[in-house]
Amino acid sequence: MRWGKVWTVARVDLHRLFISKDYWIPMVILGGIFFVFIPWVLLGVVTRPQSISIVQQIGEVLTSLPGAAGDIVQGETAQARAAYSLAVFLLAPVAIVVPLTISSAVGAQAIVGERERGIGEFLAHSPLTIREIYAGKLLASALPGYIATLGGFAVYALIVNLRAGPVVGGWFFPTTGWWLLIFWVVPPFLLVALAIIVRLSARVQSTAAAQQAASLISLPIIMASYVASSGFVLNPTLAAAIVGSVAWVLAIWGIASGARAINRERLLGVASGN
Amino acid sequence: MTTGIQLDGVSRKFGQIRAVDGLTMNVPQGSVAVLLGPNGAGKTTTVRLITGSLRPDAGSIRVFGLDPIADGQAIRQRCGVVPPKPALYDRLTGRNNLEYAAMIWDAPARAIEEAAARFGIDDSLHLKVAGYSTGMRTRLALARAVIHDPDILLLDEPTAGLDPESARAVLDLIRELAGSGRTVIMATHLLHEAEGIADQVILMGAGRARAAGHPLELAARYMKDPVVIIDAENRATLETLQGRPGVISTVWNGALHMTIESIEILPDLVAELVNDGVRLTRIEPMAATLEHLYFEMQRQLRDMNPQPPVSS
Repeated sequence: MRWGKVWTVARVDLHRLFISKDYWIPMVILGGIFFVFIPWVLLGVVTRPQSISIVQQIGEVLTSLPGAAGDIVQGETAQARAAYSLAVFLLAPVAIVVPLTISSAVGAQAIVGERERGIGEFLAHSPLTIREIYAGKLLASALPGYIATLGGFAVYALIVNLRAGPVVGGWFFPTTGWWLLIFWVVPPFLLVALAIIVRLSARVQSTAAAQQAASLISLPIIMASYVASSGFVLNPTLAAAIVGSVAWVLAIWGIASGARAINRERLLGVASGN
Repeated sequence: MTTGIQLDGVSRKFGQIRAVDGLTMNVPQGSVAVLLGPNGAGKTTTVRLITGSLRPDAGSIRVFGLDPIADGQAIRQRCGVVPPKPALYDRLTGRNNLEYAAMIWDAPARAIEEAAARFGIDDSLHLKVAGYSTGMRTRLALARAVIHDPDILLLDEPTAGLDPESARAVLDLIRELAGSGRTVIMATHLLHEAEGIADQVILMGAGRARAAGHPLELAARYMKDPVVIIDAENRATLETLQGRPGVISTVWNGALHMTIESIEILPDLVAELVNDGVRLTRIEPMAATLEHLYFEMQRQLRDMNPQPPVSS
């Protein structure tokens, strides 16, 4: 595999995305809603002195957690513990939702979109290998979502510390679990989904069909991320390590099998099943 | 000349449709071959088979001695392809499109300027391709195809959608490229495009090479009997031509198209007509154009070997 060629394929796709306002403006809005607006509002509500009933409700939930989980939640007061748990646990799955939503839109078009624009023919006649094309497309799909997540994570950390820090007793975010989540768990989850989506993009006949298929793939993965994130309440480090490891194995398998499923005939749109 | 591109009994089906069916052709290195045939004749599939983008179901292909399936990457590195749809990145500039191709084919940066200048689009490189005219898009596609100085050019309907002026300019450019020693295969269904370019015309139909050869050679093979265009002040007086010695057939097509056994009988025939009081206004031995040749070949081949229409 010539990584320079892989980067060339990815670079042109990223360039096209970068100059498409109709792509990145919704992306920024989406990231803004999940990483800025929702945490700003929720943490603002919880940290208000008047929000006694909400804080009590969250407190009741926290007391019902197993001992180990309860010990993880920091804060001397009920309000601090509510703000901490909201910032650290409740919004964790957002880290999966945002990149997946952004990247699946790109991944769905990766092959079928090129075919519809006639670029598939250009790529098919090029000296690029199918693996290089596939890896380039995968990279171009994954990077926008992941970069948005990293940016959102930085802003989220700032908001959490600004909003909840004063009541919790200082800046406390990111926690170890969140570091692992962002750098160990999110990438393989994203790659698993994209490996399937790009593969489907090569098989379907239209971009619309690819978008539909991408939605179907994203939904169970988002649900899986929610289920997985519940483990973060009990033992964030262990859960992230286990979930991440499993997801990486799946991602590597998905990418390898996805690369084998694509050929030049699919780029041309003449393979049986296209 | 050494063998450049050789197809031997190549077949490729899509479902029940035989797009290419036992195709055999030989394009010597440094020559220009024109794949001529109606839509669905298998021309595009042939181009795709040559680059190894498609696998043949049967038969063998050699491109400069290499097998497109086993050595596809090496062959594609030496090929420049212009597909029927220019396949450009519309949202990027012309320069971006050429830069991208240069990176893929490992062409030097200066090749971008050279290719653009060669096809007269150097002033438009900063513009987005979406704003290009059809002619400019084709020129950009051609510039992209030659950016890495390929040994083989595969041009699939390169003038599709162009106005006559742009089409002529593109054909002149192709003629120039062909003159520089490259092996060129051009697929077209427009007969006049092959004229003056082709070292070899391969007439395709139903996925097969129905006839192949230099246009003059084909003319000699398929248009043995000379045709003379003849007209008179009173056209009715020409009705007597049919049945005269040496006249094979006559058909009205604007003027009278008369097929004769030999051009040598023409002076005597003209003298006879004048003696009979026919006032001739036109006598013109017809040069065999590719168009005449094409339809004559099609007619003769149809008579010899009727084929059902096939689409690919």
